[in-house]
Amino acid sequence: MTPEELHDLAVKEKAAQGDGGTTLNVCMAAGCMSSGSDKVKEALSKGLAGAPAGKPCRVKGVGCMGLCEAGPLVQIGSDGPMYKEVKAEDASDLIKTLSGAPLKRLACPTDVPFFKRQKKIVLENCGIIDPERVEDYVARDGYTALQKALNHMSQADIIQEVTASGIRGRGGAGFPTGLKWNTVAKAQSDLKYVVCNADEGDPGAFMDRSVLESDPHRVLEGMAIAGFAVGASKAYVYVRAEYPLAVKRLQIAIRQAEKLGLLGQNIMGTTFSFNIQLRMGAGAFVCGEETALMASIEGKRGTPRPRPPFPAQSGLWGKPTLINNVETFANIPPILRNGGAWYASIGTEKSKGTKVFALAGKITNTGLIEVPMGITLREIIFDIGGGIPDGKKFKAVQTGGPSGGCIPEQFLDMPLDYDSLAKVGSIMGSGGMIVMDETSCMVDVARYFMDFCMTESCGKCVPCRVGTTQMLRLLTLITEGQASPADLAQLEELCDLVKNTSLCGLGQTSPNPVVSTLRYFRHEYEAHIRDRQCPAGRCTLKKEALV
Amino acid sequence: MITATQKPKAPSADTRWKLVEAAMRKNGGQADALIETLHAVQESFGYLDDVSLKFVAESLRVPFSRVYGVATFYHLFTMRPPGKHTCVVCLGTACYIRGAQAIIDRVSQDMKVKPGETTEDGNLSFLTARCLGSCGLAPAVVYDGAVAGKQTADNTLDRVKRMIQ
Repeated sequence: MTPEELHDLAVKEKAAQGDGGTTLNVCMAAGCMSSGSDKVKEALSKGLAGAPAGKPCRVKGVGCMGLCEAGPLVQIGSDGPMYKEVKAEDASDLIKTLSGAPLKRLACPTDVPFFKRQKKIVLENCGIIDPERVEDYVARDGYTALQKALNHMSQADIIQEVTASGIRGRGGAGFPTGLKWNTVAKAQSDLKYVVCNADEGDPGAFMDRSVLESDPHRVLEGMAIAGFAVGASKAYVYVRAEYPLAVKRLQIAIRQAEKLGLLGQNIMGTTFSFNIQLRMGAGAFVCGEETALMASIEGKRGTPRPRPPFPAQSGLWGKPTLINNVETFANIPPILRNGGAWYASIGTEKSKGTKVFALAGKITNTGLIEVPMGITLREIIFDIGGGIPDGKKFKAVQTGGPSGGCIPEQFLDMPLDYDSLAKVGSIMGSGGMIVMDETSCMVDVARYFMDFCMTESCGKCVPCRVGTTQMLRLLTLITEGQASPADLAQLEELCDLVKNTSLCGLGQTSPNPVVSTLRYFRHEYEAHIRDRQCPAGRCTLKKEALV
Repeated sequence: MITATQKPKAPSADTRWKLVEAAMRKNGGQADALIETLHAVQESFGYLDDVSLKFVAESLRVPFSRVYGVATFYHLFTMRPPGKHTCVVCLGTACYIRGAQAIIDRVSQDMKVKPGETTEDGNLSFLTARCLGSCGLAPAVVYDGAVAGKQTADNTLDRVKRMIQ
């Protein structure tokens, strides 16, 4: 496909969509699908087929609209009224609204902070385009960034632009993306690889899944740009097998892009060729760690290895490999379209752009949001998230999954970025944000994450394999009211040891949930040990005396 | 002396082996196709066993020890036949905070099956998952592949009982 043909396709698609008709957008992402949005879509299509001929109306399956709590969601056009908790039986009532007044019964107001306070860059197409049609993506400037990169920019220009944007890796650690690209570009090799890390293993995180399900072409385009910039022609997307819908939409997207010549050999008539293959995980959290992920792509057990050498020097099959997260790649097309300076104008001094978060737990508006860096936790939880349901009191918010920490109320007004989160003992992580209220016991939460890390430890290094087991044993003793103060001291010692001596990030960060809850909620640990009481009333403590 | 190795023959005339062979071909038929191939075996037969692992090892020319190592490393692979019905309770953070543990305790106790195991009559596999990503619907439970949100201990037990009837 030449640049002209790409342009023509966009014009044609826009004309087809702008025929004055109405589109009923039905959310077909996994959240709404599991509450029956596929049946809603079917009922709407049937209902429209029987409607009298007039203005053209159509039903479109789109990606995530964000407010997963209230699904299935339906929106009339991309800025019309939105309806929540729609059932198949509501289809005829909804169709009537097309020629009449909006339906109050199911109305989901969109002029509320949940929608108004967001800034969408990564999610700009989510809930608007049909993720299974490349034409819809092209009509919204899709693949123009790749075209610009291939035809008007040198490899150095692209890396310069990405560096200028100041974007840092969205997978959790926050390594500057431009620097990583530059390292891979400079590596000398006959073969290089690009890998997209879509192994979103943090429990309570669904950002990457939503992006892949809602706008898969954006990620492919970002990967192709990266491939051109670093000199790679082969790429893998490593995606969790637990996300069948994301896998299916990625497969469709890759096929469509190849058919149009936007991926594959001689892209857009240039000498650049780029092939993307899918690789499925098989349920191992540790495979989100980059060296373990590469082992898994090679068909081996997903165990990490020491770094250096870093993947940028020696990665897949010993070749220089660029590994970025889904959200990082999804940011690349808008950065190239609008320039690095534009992106750098959003966010804080050291953390640029926006971040997608998955809001869940004890919060009114569960769902997917995108906000500029530097926003406060209070704005996210109480304005956008709608606060704590059932009149309960906020206790803590957990960010960063099993590698992160719990942040108490006193830091709610802190501007959110990589560095501020690290300062209070947590991490940005991939973007999961679990809110806890007064009924959550912080020792129990720490125990929950330790159980997770113990199960997911790959067993290669001793500190992590044995340490997580022992820490879990001690935490279980505490939640059962069977621990002594000496056990707590030993737990703290183990935290320090495991953190400093484990091989990979999983082990090194596994004590974080314990350390951060000890830092801010030590009194809860002490209440379990000294008074045999769970302040939150969550744990069942054994009353009999210690043996 | 180097000899050309024969392509190994499928263990039986079962047509499902064709699906496995197709998956190997599609993924290049090399060692790195191992995980995708094991997915195909499990999808076709429900679980992995010595026969299928040996066949995969020979076909991809990978040591059997490595195939066995991979099959036992990843949580999604199982070496035991699944029950007729499955119930998977999500144990992601959001589901946990919203009470998934109570569901697990209740079903475990009432159906006399530990999480991760199958009932003695082979009717029900009771499993847990590490986050299905349906956090907006917490706590989520998957009944025979269909996700249901906002579950409680009572209605989960109820649905499980109806499902296995």
